[in-house]
Amino acid sequence: MKSLKLITAATLGISLLLGYTACKPKNAGNAVSSDAAEKAYVAPGKYDEFYNFVSGGFSGQLATYGLPSGRLLRVIPVFSVDPEKGWGYSEETKPMLNTSHGFVPWDDLHHTELSQTNGEIDGRWVFGNANNTPRVARIDLKTFRTAEIIELPNSAGNHSSPFITENTEYVIAGTRFSVPPDDKNGDVPINTYKQNFKGTISFISVGKEDGKMDIAFQIQCPGVNFDLSHAGKGKSHGWFFFSCYNTEQASTLLEVNASQKDKDFIMAVNWKKAEEYLKAGKGRKQAVKYAHNTYSDKTHSATSEIKTEVTVLDAKELKDICYFIPCPKSPHGCDVDPTGEYIVGSGKLAALIPVFSFDKMIKAIADKAYAGDYDGIPVIKYEAALYGEVQKPGLGPLHTEFDGKGNAYTTFFVSSEVVKWNIKDLKVLDRAPTYYSVGHLCIPGGDSKKPNAKYLIAYNKITKDRYLPTGPELAQSAQLYDISGDKMQLILDFPTIGEPHYAQAVSADLIKGNSVKFFKIDENQNPFVSKGEGTTKVWRTGNRVDVNMTCIRSHFAPDNIEGIRAGDEVYFHVTNLEQDWDVPHGFAIKGANTGELLIMPGETQTLKWVAEKAGMFPFYCTDFCSALHQEMQGYIRVSPAGSNVPILFSTGKNYPVADTSAKK
Amino acid sequence: MKKLTIILSIVAFISACGGAGSDKKGADPYDSKSTGSNGNPSYDPNRGEGKFTTIDVGATVDATLAANGEKVYGVKCSSCHKLTEEKLVGPGWKGVTSRHSGVWIMNFITNTDEMLNKDPKAQAQLEICLVRMPNQNLSDDDARALYEFQRKNDGVK
Repeated sequence: MKSLKLITAATLGISLLLGYTACKPKNAGNAVSSDAAEKAYVAPGKYDEFYNFVSGGFSGQLATYGLPSGRLLRVIPVFSVDPEKGWGYSEETKPMLNTSHGFVPWDDLHHTELSQTNGEIDGRWVFGNANNTPRVARIDLKTFRTAEIIELPNSAGNHSSPFITENTEYVIAGTRFSVPPDDKNGDVPINTYKQNFKGTISFISVGKEDGKMDIAFQIQCPGVNFDLSHAGKGKSHGWFFFSCYNTEQASTLLEVNASQKDKDFIMAVNWKKAEEYLKAGKGRKQAVKYAHNTYSDKTHSATSEIKTEVTVLDAKELKDICYFIPCPKSPHGCDVDPTGEYIVGSGKLAALIPVFSFDKMIKAIADKAYAGDYDGIPVIKYEAALYGEVQKPGLGPLHTEFDGKGNAYTTFFVSSEVVKWNIKDLKVLDRAPTYYSVGHLCIPGGDSKKPNAKYLIAYNKITKDRYLPTGPELAQSAQLYDISGDKMQLILDFPTIGEPHYAQAVSADLIKGNSVKFFKIDENQNPFVSKGEGTTKVWRTGNRVDVNMTCIRSHFAPDNIEGIRAGDEVYFHVTNLEQDWDVPHGFAIKGANTGELLIMPGETQTLKWVAEKAGMFPFYCTDFCSALHQEMQGYIRVSPAGSNVPILFSTGKNYPVADTSAKK
Repeated sequence: MKKLTIILSIVAFISACGGAGSDKKGADPYDSKSTGSNGNPSYDPNRGEGKFTTIDVGATVDATLAANGEKVYGVKCSSCHKLTEEKLVGPGWKGVTSRHSGVWIMNFITNTDEMLNKDPKAQAQLEICLVRMPNQNLSDDDARALYEFQRKNDGVK
């Protein structure tokens, strides 16, 4: 009996071991060939060929890497405060993080999308989504700074975002969580999901010239989870496709309860039709509250406006806007090929990839080939819209990008691999292991009409043994593959900030020439600018003291300030007088609970500092600027509250002031 | 003997490599001597290097032009240059028009980095000040106006 147990245990052990070995991807030694280093090498002083804009996930920021080197070029602060750059700490940038909930210092940026013209990346802006407190940001690629952030009403968990139409007419945002609409009482039992919860998708218009965002309309849909989306292009321009899960409408233990049905949906939205309804006045004006924040490169400051109305179209009442297409097992990725004909849904619990045909879908709608309806929305028959299925591609398909040569590349989370397959014959052509558990992937222009398919980057969730250990928290990573040949070739690993989700890449030629080198001081319209040291000043209004200050290599003016009293709120408005590239100055003062400033050439930024008690408070430049950077400093004298030390400020004067107050 | 030859050839090889590309030296803010141009006979130290070769200067000061120059001075120059002989970050401006030609000044203030890398007089001044003058991205008109303001400051009527 005992020995039988032993044998059973041994068998179990061996089979577990075998199973483990079989699942574990091939080791790195097998996967990397000898010329990999050469392919990823960019010599010191040389530029990379591509920019790669990678979402920072729970860092809330957007990271810019060069490819093929994987060098981190800049972390662009978007939805989270960044003390390094003063983002969210300077008075000028604080309004950018304002919302209908007040100042929100953090968010979760999942997806990036570059602006397009005629379905091709145009290099003007990159958009990012805030997943937690629903917002969309537009980043200006002339300055690599966040230029605008718009909040989304009727939404929660803005995941299906920020994907764009082929001329950047709209940025689209679908809510992950369905919730009761903002103008309805949300104080209802959670298990009334089916009656009270709605899913909203937002169409944000984008100004053709200035990029200014505005919520053109929202479409109210049945309560499900919207996951990802992509625009139709070419022949399917005018349509948008969303993946939906939790069509079970569960509100608890979704892990199990939202995985019951064999099929969920891809939702096809005819937004041209929605525009017609909007024009015809079929939208309902709804009272809501959301913030719209813009940053000006002229005043070097942000303004936040709270808006109070949005127009909502009801997908149930207004026919022919929305259609559901059944899609196996909780679809995640929803990707449209460069021709606009094929829509790839990736059921994350499925062992196949369904590919839908746009032409067949249009015909199915004309023929009313419906299997019924879901909450008033027609459900097209699966076979009527299906082009075909990729059989046994791998386990856990998530996302697909395209090379423009008739091939698709899909990531598989569970089996940790990227699989290349042909769209026409649906045959698997190649597979490459990732290390480990790949989520999104990116090919330069891989979701546009014109991919530039030299590289593929896989963004991994787990790195385990790939890098030197750093305690419990390990770097997440990207892996670069050369896909110029028939076979994918792994050439580089590089760690990323936060958690990388979706990313975009584009030829550097489209962007690098437009980079702003400095802001022209003559055009600075900040109300507290000092154009020259002669205009610097310090003045008191009650317990508020304003300091208009300048900096240039390597001194501040004024650098000696007296007459501040304990309890005063001091606003340092610091103008960088430099007019040359790569010469920011920093400003930090002892005890400031507002961080530091980092001021670009020609710019004015303001740090608020409360003088808590009497004493001597030094300030200095934090960004090494010249051989005399260490001399770039100053003092603020703070006297007790109610004292009558006069305001005095200077640079290079060294007043022989006979003041005995320090001696008592 | 054989060994020595090998060592010598290695040395020769290394030097050859080291020399390659050294004619295009970058700006090193900590080593002003490394980029001297004294070996270049075609360099005109009175003109400096830049886009200006000649300028028209009147016998008297153009008051409007000088006033424009004073405005530019207030925003972009006064942080570091006094109008007296006193050195602040950079040298005081009193007498600057007699120390340098007008063309040299206009080239220096518009083509600062290259001049600091090449020009003997600019380099001598850098050794005193130790702060490389920032390129303030002056327009051609700004540069001309500043020179007129300097002339006025130097007593030209």
